[in-house]
Amino acid sequence: MVVQALKDQGVDTVFGYPGGAVLPIYDEIFQQNDIRHILVRHEQGAVHAAEGYARATGKPGVALVTSGPGATNAVTGLTDALMDSIPIIVLTGQVPTFMIGSDAFQEADTVGITRPCTKHNWLVKETDRLASTIHEAFHVATSGRPGPVLVDIPKDVQFANGTYTGPRPSASHYQPQVKGDMESITELAAAIETAKRPVFYTGGGVINSGPHASALLRELVDATGFPITSTLMGLGAYPASGKNWLGMLGMHGLYEANMAMHDCDLMICIGARFDDRITGRIDAFSPGSVKAHIDIDPSSINKVVKTDIPIVGDVAHVLEDLLKVWKSRGRKTEVEAVRKWHGRVNEWRKVNCLAYASSTKTIKPQYALERLEALTRDHDRYITTEVGQHQMWAAQFLNFEDPNRWMTSGGLGTMGYGFPASIGVQIAHPDALVINVAGEASWLMNMQELGTAVQFRAPVKQFILNNERLGMVRQWQELLHGERYSHSWSEALPDFVKLAEAFGAKGIMCTDPADLDDAIMEMIRHDGPVVFDCLVEKHENCFPMIPSGKAHNEMLLGEAETKGVIDSKGSVLV
Amino acid sequence: MSALQIKKGSTSHSAYNLRPNFSDVQEQHTLAVLVENEPGVLARVIGLFSGRGYNIESLTVAEVDHTGKLSRITIVTTGTPQVIEQIKAQLGRIVSVRDVHDLTVEGRSIERELAMLKVQGTGEKRVEALRIGEIFRANVVDSTLGSFVFEITGAPEKIDAFADLMRPLGLVEIARTGVAALSRGELAAQG
Repeated sequence: MVVQALKDQGVDTVFGYPGGAVLPIYDEIFQQNDIRHILVRHEQGAVHAAEGYARATGKPGVALVTSGPGATNAVTGLTDALMDSIPIIVLTGQVPTFMIGSDAFQEADTVGITRPCTKHNWLVKETDRLASTIHEAFHVATSGRPGPVLVDIPKDVQFANGTYTGPRPSASHYQPQVKGDMESITELAAAIETAKRPVFYTGGGVINSGPHASALLRELVDATGFPITSTLMGLGAYPASGKNWLGMLGMHGLYEANMAMHDCDLMICIGARFDDRITGRIDAFSPGSVKAHIDIDPSSINKVVKTDIPIVGDVAHVLEDLLKVWKSRGRKTEVEAVRKWHGRVNEWRKVNCLAYASSTKTIKPQYALERLEALTRDHDRYITTEVGQHQMWAAQFLNFEDPNRWMTSGGLGTMGYGFPASIGVQIAHPDALVINVAGEASWLMNMQELGTAVQFRAPVKQFILNNERLGMVRQWQELLHGERYSHSWSEALPDFVKLAEAFGAKGIMCTDPADLDDAIMEMIRHDGPVVFDCLVEKHENCFPMIPSGKAHNEMLLGEAETKGVIDSKGSVLV
Repeated sequence: MSALQIKKGSTSHSAYNLRPNFSDVQEQHTLAVLVENEPGVLARVIGLFSGRGYNIESLTVAEVDHTGKLSRITIVTTGTPQVIEQIKAQLGRIVSVRDVHDLTVEGRSIERELAMLKVQGTGEKRVEALRIGEIFRANVVDSTLGSFVFEITGAPEKIDAFADLMRPLGLVEIARTGVAALSRGELAAQG
């Protein structure tokens, strides 16, 4: 019945790991060929892989794990998906209903544990309700602001026979508002007409709203000629090659993007949530601007920053109406003022905030990513990352032309996300070039998934910027903690080439900038999973940086500016 | 901001004094939350309050519509206006929450609470307790030679006042239901 419900929901792939409490479902999976099961090596990997699959396809991802430890191992992935609004459905086995509460073997209060880290969850106690609950789970995960859901299924419910019902999404009580209020949309159109220093600030909500939302965003940005920046989550919604593109904003965002946010007079926030990585010091955040905020989740509006023009609705729906209204009013903008504004933006661009000291002896991580970008640009390319310095450099130095091509753990910042996510992406797009830009420490957190990649012939490329340090931790210790590098390096790193070979994958090591291009080409050409150990400069810091407790116009651009910049108040922030 | 011709709303346009703009006046609000009566729904609601650091002054819950499987949770909470708005929005996000009503802002409402108070005493004090009970229209629902149990219904302030008076007269135990609230007038809150 579970498998039938998944089929009716159009599921073609499930990431999972069997165990006692899900054996009946695995027995069903064994007897069919419509749904492919990808056996991971750890349940956390299953959930991240489902996330990667979901983000690369726009379809919900599905994971199947057993009770107890299977479910608790899924918690990190669920929380990650909740923070980044990724639609995934996690099915967990549970001990039989008559044993619930008896501290049975591999029993855990799964719905209790996962209640705060799912959008919604269900414990199914009657087989007759199993199918309808799974259908409702898909509806909830994908409607409104997407998110992870969990269905906990006791083993006796899996075994019993019951009545199957097909999907009926309209029967659900959960029907979030998708159309924006026309009065507010008109107000925003009027603000667009009179703005002199406007900026679009877009986020993952545009990606989640679907390709149509990205297309509408591009139309709106190009028609108005307003500059646009994006959060880490929203990269690709507007093409990096677009002429109005400012680059990413935020803590490690580009100087021009953050300065434009600070000095703008109209901020149009679309599908972003004023995260603390974006705003910096909140009382100095974009002081002179009127703020419009389009978001499908009413709780995002006025949560952190006061909004002047709040619009609750789905990005695609709202942008469609906004374009209609703005066009019908004559497609007006303050052309001359906006041209001047672009002039100021170009002045900021000249700061060249991503500049770094190049080297012919050691590979600078920035250089490695520049070369990766240059050599993979023309491929059908998907990028995932782990969390840390390499993630920020990847966001800065790689260019994304389309949505759903950039999968990174934004909100939760989960080290260990990128590798399993890259497998999920590769399973969804078997012929694409899927690269996980990683740090060695993050990568080791879920390295067991190398077995999955080899078994399912997922030719994922693990591009590890190996500085033998927890780079971002080390950077903060340097800036905040008097260069006392407490436990931010590892003295017993594996030989990544041998490690890869031990799993039956290919390993490549590169230490010399002169060899880098050839090594990257070798990685791309190899038809199979590759672990690329790129030994980079050990003490490189990630700039630009807005230190904690500082404002957008107080960015640090390089090493010389870092002494004593974070005061005691800033150092308690994360 | 006049250049942008944005009509003045409830917000100001400067972020330099952003925090002060979010008023820090603590307000007390009574929320009526209609929820689907399913296992764990109360845990979702109170988990939201504890997880996000909101206050609960009082909380009552009971099924109100058996066929429609709806329960009504009445929550009295305190917070700044911005926090109250967040609480309502966050409650509204919970999938099993059908409707959230802020009875404090949606016109006038009636709040009632039931309490039972056990008062021990003999002689003058016992007589006085009974006399004050009559003034407050409290019913005696249990009596021994050395004690009374009073049942009293009313606004929370009335129960506070009654308990204050009973304390010197031998109040030893009190049980309160928490607030149930309903808006006045014809309009009804429905899931």
